[in-house]
Amino acid sequence: MPLVKDGKITNDEFVHLADDAEIPGGGAILVSSARFLGDAEALSRREGRTGVIWPNNRDLDDLVAHLDRLAVVALVFPTFRDGRAYSQARLLRERHNYRGELRATGQVLRDQFLFMLRAGFDSFEVKKPADAEAFANTVKRYSVFYQPTGDGRMTALHRRMMLRHSESASQ
Amino acid sequence: MYAYDEIDRTLVNERVEEFRDQVKRRLSGELTEDEFKMLRLQNGVYLQLHAYMFRVAIPYGTLSSQQLRRLAHVARRYDRGYGHFTTRQNIQFNWIKLAELPDALADLAEVGIHAMQTSGNNTRNVTSDQWAGVAPGEIEDPRIWAEILRQYTTLHPEFSFLPRKFKFAITASEHDRAAVKIHDIGLRLHKNAEGETGFEVLVGGGLGRTPFIGKTIKPFVVGSDLLSYVEAIMRVYNQYGRRDNIYKARIKILVHELGIEKFAHEVEEEWQQMRDGALKLDEDVVEDIRARFFYPAYEKLAHVPDELRKAAHDPQFEAWRKNSVFPHKVQGYSIVTISLKPVGGPPGDATAEQMDTLADLADKYSFGEIRVGHEQNLALPHVAKRDLPALWKALDKAGLATPNVNLVSDIIACPGLDYCSLANARSIPIAQELTRRFANHDTANLIGRLHINISGCINACGHHHVGHIGILGVEKNGEEFYQITIGGRADENAELGALIGPAVPYGDVADVVEDIVEAYLVLRARPDELFVDTVKRLGVEPFRERVYATR
Repeated sequence: MPLVKDGKITNDEFVHLADDAEIPGGGAILVSSARFLGDAEALSRREGRTGVIWPNNRDLDDLVAHLDRLAVVALVFPTFRDGRAYSQARLLRERHNYRGELRATGQVLRDQFLFMLRAGFDSFEVKKPADAEAFANTVKRYSVFYQPTGDGRMTALHRRMMLRHSESASQ
Repeated sequence: MYAYDEIDRTLVNERVEEFRDQVKRRLSGELTEDEFKMLRLQNGVYLQLHAYMFRVAIPYGTLSSQQLRRLAHVARRYDRGYGHFTTRQNIQFNWIKLAELPDALADLAEVGIHAMQTSGNNTRNVTSDQWAGVAPGEIEDPRIWAEILRQYTTLHPEFSFLPRKFKFAITASEHDRAAVKIHDIGLRLHKNAEGETGFEVLVGGGLGRTPFIGKTIKPFVVGSDLLSYVEAIMRVYNQYGRRDNIYKARIKILVHELGIEKFAHEVEEEWQQMRDGALKLDEDVVEDIRARFFYPAYEKLAHVPDELRKAAHDPQFEAWRKNSVFPHKVQGYSIVTISLKPVGGPPGDATAEQMDTLADLADKYSFGEIRVGHEQNLALPHVAKRDLPALWKALDKAGLATPNVNLVSDIIACPGLDYCSLANARSIPIAQELTRRFANHDTANLIGRLHINISGCINACGHHHVGHIGILGVEKNGEEFYQITIGGRADENAELGALIGPAVPYGDVADVVEDIVEAYLVLRARPDELFVDTVKRLGVEPFRERVYATR
């Protein structure tokens, strides 16, 4: 499964660690939320980087205290039709100011890339290789956005106001 | 009318190109049907019994004559020469070919029409009062807010994969023509005690398998807070709405299971954390949207022109005028409802020729504007009273002057088993038969205002729960049966109808409805006591006794 990060297909340094596998001292790992919360202190102290896979039906409250020590938060789309992780992503970015890697996992498909980017995801475990290759083009599909999100894109409403002001300034 | 600017046009065009790419990938097999299904639904494309059905949005029910002509063009070029207006200010085409859909969308995009989110588990077309902007006594034109909501909900990155579909309706009149109480979010513009304008926000209304009337979640939200408050509701719903069972996934179930107080508390908590964020609507932003709605330059006209006085001698004109012509906020003008319910016809259908004719008549008599109402009728919103006789003649010639608006044969019906893959029973032939039974105009007039609503399955697209008489098709051992309710209504006093008795077979439905109407004529206290008021006063029992005594 190709990983797209910062808009490009990249080598995934993180290993998805099974709940019963031994935790290595070094190396980048992704662990389940249950395992992480079971031993958050030790996991945060380890030498290698640690990320957590957070399920879409678990409140973020338990995660928030640990955010600054996490290298990755991976949110889950069990199917692309289940959109709970979009809200989690926006809350992590816009309310809890999480600045680390925010990864989309599960059924991650081409036609949702832009929604995910806008919600704050910056890495994507893409289901189909062809979709990963199409990433750069797909996210250019739209140049107009109606809603303000934390991604900083200017909304249509504000673009209009700027256009109006520049029109009246040039008259 | 709202005039699209370059920004709106760009987005619609980009959506057409995206969909073109999605269709191409489906046709090449790159996308599975399971993956494609949600993508096509998000652009209004259903797979029905015989073909793809294409649902096009008519936001808040406002159309220009140019747009209506383009809908006629789509009916002619890509379909079988007609379209079907729905109960949510959409138009449906029933015989579209998938490979041609992107072209049809591109043709519509040229005149600022789209099909975005007319289906799928996202926010649907924002609907409003079809008399918005022209109804006397309105607080303000609700379409300004409907357009703000349309933009806000279009391709929302957080809320495009909700647990289930999500519908907004908005009204600004005392009399609710937008059925806001049966929507996921209903908005009622009103003034508070301090004279400020704001919204009463209702949540959790809806029909379908488990009908609920919406509950007030907040009695007063100022305009600048509208989007942030709505986002708080949607965020709570997106996270906590049920996804384990499609029949329990609407927000009404979440509101019901939590209780409105607890749900309101959750929303309030969320809202307090973001209410002063980027969604706050500055007055100049609202003003900018407002400024792009343009209104006709009305003339100063007499209240009762000579033309109208003369025409009053023609009983046919008078019959039509009395139930199709409504007061306008400007003296000398009227709102004219165009019945799409001819005797024996499928409710809400219009041919391409009728659409073209109406577009021409709108240019001639209504400043080029047409409205679409949830009752599946159209309206010309700015007709000078002096033009009414000429307009009537032209409408009559086009088969568009059936004098039955708000009468018993002005039936709301879903497409039912004639088209729909979800249906259990036929709706259209029941409606057609009822229009024949009540074809006599004098009898219909004697009966007075009476709304019949027919749905071909529990999903309730024909809003049967809120029909004065509601008819629901069900399947029993492979046969079509119909449950009949009475006393429902969709207005500001919205109520769900009560079952009158056991379900009856297809062949008996029209007889039962006739018996119900006969019972009403006997039971009503005065000739001007409406059917729905008689049911309210007496309850179901006296109707049941009369109708089921011999069954």
